Formats: sequence, structure tokens, C-alpha cells
Amino acid sequence: MAHKFAAHGHPIQLAARQSKKLDAEKANLQIRYGVPVTLHEFDALLPETHAEFLAMLPELPAIAVSIVGMMGSQEGSERDYLLASCIMRSNFEGPANILSLLANRFEERGSGTLVGLSSVAGERGRATNYVYGSAKAGFTAFLSGLRNRLAKRGVHVVTVLPGYVATEATESIHLPARLTAQPSEVAERIVVAVERKKNVIYVRPVWRLIMLIIRLIPEAVFKRIRI
Amino acid sequence: MKLAGWGRFPVMDAQVYVPRDLAGIQQLVASKPSVIARGCGRAYGDSAINSSATIDMRRLNRMLAFDPKTGQLIAEAGVVLSDIIAAFLPRGWFPTVTPGTKFVTLGGMIAADVHGKNHRKHGSFRRCVDWIDVMGADGTIQRCSREGHVELFEHTLGGMGLTGIIIRAAVRLRTIETGWIRQTTIPAPNLESAMTALERAHGSTYSVAWIDCLGAGINLGRSLVFLGEHANSPDLPAHRSLHPFTTPDKRKLSLPFNFPCFALNRFSLRAFNTLYYWAGAWNRGEKLVDWDSFFYPLDAIAAWHRLYGRKGFAQFQCALPLNRSEEGLRALLQTVSKARAGSFLAVLKRFGPQESRFSFPMEGYSLALDFPITTKTSGLLANLEQITIDHGGRFYLAKDSRMSAETLRASDGRVESFVRMRADSGWKNSFQSAQAERLVL
Repeated sequence: MAHKFAAHGHPIQLAARQSKKLDAEKANLQIRYGVPVTLHEFDALLPETHAEFLAMLPELPAIAVSIVGMMGSQEGSERDYLLASCIMRSNFEGPANILSLLANRFEERGSGTLVGLSSVAGERGRATNYVYGSAKAGFTAFLSGLRNRLAKRGVHVVTVLPGYVATEATESIHLPARLTAQPSEVAERIVVAVERKKNVIYVRPVWRLIMLIIRLIPEAVFKRIRI
Repeated sequence: MKLAGWGRFPVMDAQVYVPRDLAGIQQLVASKPSVIARGCGRAYGDSAINSSATIDMRRLNRMLAFDPKTGQLIAEAGVVLSDIIAAFLPRGWFPTVTPGTKFVTLGGMIAADVHGKNHRKHGSFRRCVDWIDVMGADGTIQRCSREGHVELFEHTLGGMGLTGIIIRAAVRLRTIETGWIRQTTIPAPNLESAMTALERAHGSTYSVAWIDCLGAGINLGRSLVFLGEHANSPDLPAHRSLHPFTTPDKRKLSLPFNFPCFALNRFSLRAFNTLYYWAGAWNRGEKLVDWDSFFYPLDAIAAWHRLYGRKGFAQFQCALPLNRSEEGLRALLQTVSKARAGSFLAVLKRFGPQESRFSFPMEGYSLALDFPITTKTSGLLANLEQITIDHGGRFYLAKDSRMSAETLRASDGRVESFVRMRADSGWKNSFQSAQAERLVL
């Protein structure tokens, strides 16, 4: 993601937990693209620190991309309240909070783009991952509302529904190749979506069709099938 | 999964792992019977295939530091040359030594100790390598250079990944003023005049000859000799000198399917080669060429290896010592011409002096040919190998896919000491490729 934006000449601010670990990546981005890169300590699960995090940034960014999430285990979260809560907070509360704060600053400025990485899992709750899915559903609705609010204020909001992505988190799961995007593909689509002011994007277009079908199945039928 | 080199022969079953970090590589080295590192898979044969564990290094692809005073770039082994060029050409830097494709990793260039069209003047890739970090069988990383761990350094350059996993390296880039090359084309009607042209070009930075292998009799060795120099700012026309590093975007061609094996026959090749020669002869003299067309003409056609059909093809590249070159080249070209197994690409280069433990180049001439795999190929290649050995030459392991262990030993007296070094240093059991097994390295 940072590579694609840096390649377009954007200065980069990377925010993460243990941001010290990103030192090599920082050098990499600077050498490859000749853009300034800064690292910032950020924890999505500590919303009370977000205002301070924002205040510490050397510069308010033009574009902010939220790539925060936690898949967790559905079975585990059915029994373990703390795990379920952690999944919900990682996928919804944390990202929504930082985007809220950014939205206010962007609104004041009268410009900017916010990008939220949500999930197709939020389109309909399924037995196999509804805790994660419900959090993403909340986040998707949040982004949609935010877009609605800021549309007349010069601030644009992009909702990204990636579908399967080949990452470290999905490494051990066998995913169908045609439905699985590479991280660089997701990044490329996001850069284009930001440039063209798209609202909601599916990284691989086939997911739009799949989710349309899944949403159209009547609940009476849906509850009896396993997908 | 099924794995092959760029020549798509042989195809083998291999477990491929794509580790994200050093810990992932260490774990593979520790747990697998043996491993081999793989970059972009541009070696032609089975150099980067290990059936139990082939380690795809391309996720280790960070550029770690650059010193604009010396041009030293420190980067991880999986960094691809095209990315180095994309990052540095606009700032006036270019690789000191580059192979004929930019889709190779830094680790791959070190392992094969690649050479370019400037070998005579600048030597092989080793010349621009300051140090290499190599992971050994125990998972620890050693920094080797001309000053420390010299043996590891010397054997890793050209060692085909058989001395450990190349993790990162420091290499020197050179300065350039523009992204253009002043290219001189010299048509040479036969081998003798081609060699004379190359000998005369000792002052040129870059030199290479393309040979029409189908030429026989008085046309034997009919060639186009290309010489090149980096263009300086005053060499550019006015409209280019404002943006000296901007070169026109090339149309990207690709071969979406395998050519049927009958498409490439001696008639179509003869037509192509004749046209190419006369087009070159027509364009003789000097002109400006962009860096991409000059160094990487084949990169413009993605997947060009499909030209040779589904069965793949074999590359043959040998180096002959200077005093026996003419005689050897004549014998090689006569054999190819007689077999009527013309090769699309026949490239002749003049190598300069080279001192190294296991690298391919030697002072003299290098000839590279490729042939589609057919029933006749094997016999022809065996003949070419024998001619090379008879003339004191040796073979390029990055191109080899079928040589026997005996042939290798007959051609290269350095094999035994390399094998002993591998056994003594504990590399033999841990780092193994299908090629190393075939060649008993």
C-alpha cells in the first residue's frame, strides 16, 4: 500500500504497533521512491490515545488509509467474551474512532480522502465468521454514514471490500486462486479508487456478483445452508 | 508444484516455500533435508530447483541503504534489478554490470556471478560487490568480503547458491548522465571479420555480436557487431536533454501461448536471420538507443521463452580461451550449421581477464546458443560440449540443464576444489539443487 502511494510521489506516514520494527521498511520506501517517510506508534485498541497520536503527526495527511483488522477464531469467540470483544473492537471500534478524528480534521480543512478496509464478510452474517462479520458490517455502515456526512464538505470516503487476500493471516488456509487477490493488487485498486473518487470497491469484480447472490438468498433458505 | 527454469526444461516436482523473514528461512534450513534459494527463476535449467525445499527469496526485497557519495546500495537478496533501475536511473545511477534481462534478483546475480556486454572492460558482477551476507547451515549469517571470510565470498560469487543462502549484499552502482546509449552497428560478413571488429573495440564500454548461425560456407559466422557507450548530456538532441533519463515507454508485447513446435523451423529462422542481418547492415553506424532496448531487448517480449514451444528449450553457453577461440568458434558454428538446428539467438562476446574460484567467464570468447528440445538436440549439444572441451573451454551453469558430471569435470579443473570446499564447510548436505545433484557438486 505504502509502496503504491510512494510510487505516485506521496510522502508516507506509517502508523503501527511496534513501529520500530518498520525501520527497514522506512529505508526501503525512502530509497526506492525518494519520498519522506516517518514512523508513528499507533494502537487501534487504545482509542483514548488516538487524539494524542493525531496531534503528534508532523503534518495532517492528505489521504488516510485504515488497514486494521483481526480475523480471530469464530469458535473461540463463541465461548470467550474477551476474544469476541477484541475482534469487534479491532475491526470496528478502533478503526472507526481514528477515522472519526481524522474526519473532523479533514472537514475543518475542507479536503482529504479517507479509506477504510472493511470486508465482504460484513455483507451478511454467516455461521462460520459472524463475530468478525458483524464488526465489519458495523464498520461498513460507519464508512457509508461518514461518506454521506462529508460528501458536501470536500472530504471523500472509500470503502474497500477486498474478498480473499493472500496475506500472512490466510497463509495456512487454502483459498481459491480466482477469488484471491495479492496484496499489491488490493493496493493498486485502492490508489485508483482514491484518484477516481470511487465509493465502494470490490478488489476482484467477481466478488460483487458473489455477494449480490449471497445477499439475495431468502433468510428462510439461508439459515439452512452452510456457506 | 511443478517447477522449471526459464528454458522450461526440465520440469520437476518441488516444494516451494515463500518465507516472509529471516526466521522463516532459518526454520526451513534447519528442518528440511536440503534447500536451495530461488529468485526470479531466470536460470535456464535446474539450478534453482530442490524437490524437498525450494526457497523463493522474492519477499526479502527491501533496499536498506544507499550512499550517494560512493554509489553503494545495500539491499536484500530478493530485490529485482528492474526495481533498482527504476529507483536509481532517474537519479543518475546504473548497475555497473548487468545481464541480458532486468528480471533477475540481486541474489541470483551474485550466485551466477553474471556478466554483461562490458565484461572485457569491467569484469563480471563480482567487480561491483563489496560484501555479501550469507546464511549458513546452522542459520547464522556471515558477512563475507574481500577482507573477511574471503573463501566464502569467493565461492559464493558464481557458486550457484551452493554455499548458503544469500541474504543481502552491498553493491556499487555507477554514475550516468543520461538514459541513452550511443550504439554503433558494424555488419560483419563472416566470423573472422566479427572477431576483428570485437578485438578492435577494446576501448568500447559495451560490445556484443549477434551471429546468424544458419550462415554456412563463406557466410559462416555472419554477424552484426554492436558497440555501446553511455551517452552524455551533450550527445542528446535538444528535446531530450531537458529530461535526460526519460526514455519512451515501450509497448509491452507478450506471447500468450506456446508456439507450435513446427513454427520455428529452418525456413522461418533463415528468413528472420537474413532480414535481421540486412536490417542491421542498413542501419550501420551510430545512433542513440534507450537503455532498455540496448541492454534488455528480449524483456520487451514477456514470456518470449514460449517461442520454443511446449517442450521448452536448452541454452548452450561456453567460454573459450583467447588463443583457441577462433578455431573453437569455427568448429562450433560449423557443427550447428551442419545440423541445421539454427538458433534464434546466438550471441558472441569478448571476455576480459577474470580470476575467480568458480565463476564462468575466462579471458577469450563466449558463445551462447539456444535450441528447442527435440530428439536431435541432445546429440548436437553433446557434440558442442566435446568441441568446447577440446578447445579448453568451459560452460555456464546458469544456462545448463543437461550436462553430465563427467563433462563438467572434463571442462573445468576447479570443480574438485569446489566440491571439497562444499564438503569441508558443511554446505554439501544443506544446500543442494537438482543441478548440483546431477553434476555431483
